[in-house]
Amino acid sequence: MIAAAVLATLATICAVAAWRLTFARWTWRAPRTAILLWQSLGLTWGLASTGALLAFALDPYRKGVVHGLAEFLLSVEFGVRQPYDYLRLGALVAGLSLLAVLVALPLAAGAQTLRARRRHRLLLALVARDEPAVPGVRVVDFPGAAAYCLPGLKSQVVISDGTLHLLSSAELEAVLAHEAAHVRERHDLVLLPFAALRRALPWSKLVRDAQASVELLVEMAADDRARQRCCPRRLATALLRFGTSAALPTPQGALGVSAPSSVMARVDRLVRPEVALPAAHRFLILAGSVVLATSAPLLWLLPG
Amino acid sequence: MKGLGELERSIMDILWAENTPLTAREVGRLIEDRDLAPTTVMTVLDRLARKGFLNRTRDGRAWRYQPAASRDAYVAELMLEALDLTGDRDAALTRFARAVSGSEAEILLKALTELEEE
Repeated sequence: MIAAAVLATLATICAVAAWRLTFARWTWRAPRTAILLWQSLGLTWGLASTGALLAFALDPYRKGVVHGLAEFLLSVEFGVRQPYDYLRLGALVAGLSLLAVLVALPLAAGAQTLRARRRHRLLLALVARDEPAVPGVRVVDFPGAAAYCLPGLKSQVVISDGTLHLLSSAELEAVLAHEAAHVRERHDLVLLPFAALRRALPWSKLVRDAQASVELLVEMAADDRARQRCCPRRLATALLRFGTSAALPTPQGALGVSAPSSVMARVDRLVRPEVALPAAHRFLILAGSVVLATSAPLLWLLPG
Repeated sequence: MKGLGELERSIMDILWAENTPLTAREVGRLIEDRDLAPTTVMTVLDRLARKGFLNRTRDGRAWRYQPAASRDAYVAELMLEALDLTGDRDAALTRFARAVSGSEAEILLKALTELEEE
């Protein structure tokens, strides 16, 4: 019963920590460390909450979640004798369902994302052109402002024709450095599980806020990379030009979602940079994330 | 000799420019690269049809090919995803920034003017 209690506590701690983290501002001073903490919290929450249910259900085996589950699957004998056992049976069903959902969702989201990217890549091959002024970048003839990265084994950076007119060459260079950082660091893989979780629990404000936080942190991490290579001020003006480029009328049925003030937060960071989080703090957070992420799997093995 | 992708692109451009369904032979005549084997043109047309980008109809012993959608429709599809207007918020693309509207745009515009004056 100890393992179940500890796992349940761990799951609660993760949820509360995630909630606190959505308000935290130190994260903007160390976006990459914060992203790691988010990943660790998400993973640990999933393992701890399913583990708590399973540990409770498999308590009589006295072998921990992993071995208890193996024994249960081999013997298929659960032994429902008294009313209390129905509670355990319920926990078993809930635990296994939650585990299945948490594993299947990112996989399904991954498959769906791959399909969407494949289609996008096919269409790009037909309608995008190369522009001598920006080698290696695909240009789509579209008057609005758009710049993005299509991730994959062969990632492509794409900008619209409108972007070429909107930005000065120094600004364009800054935008491309930002996109190159997304490509190099595979930020899409960071975002994938959070997008999957959001799709699974669309009503949860915490999950929604978590996804928004991670999205913003990923952009800030790319901004940081870009500013090492070019003028941060130009990146800031590029951001502002993008933000104010006449938003196209939103098509019927589509949501024109934009996290309020996220553009301004990024601009402020670029123009008035705060001191980066001290290395000692970053190391502590890093170590904490690692301990957190390893704790749940170990607790799955803890007997009793 | 152009790559297959480049060839698909030029063939689509030809079919988009002509408003009428064309046979492989007619496409071959319009293509810049005169040395192209007719079978290559046929292969590429067939590939494009299988991917759903071309519709084909029988005309005697030959097929006539026609784009399934206009070029603009494909550009629109790409840009809807690029601007995250599909309402999905998926992680298929990583975007630089989104355009905002209303009072927020005014704040950004003010900040831009200030930055440019400094």
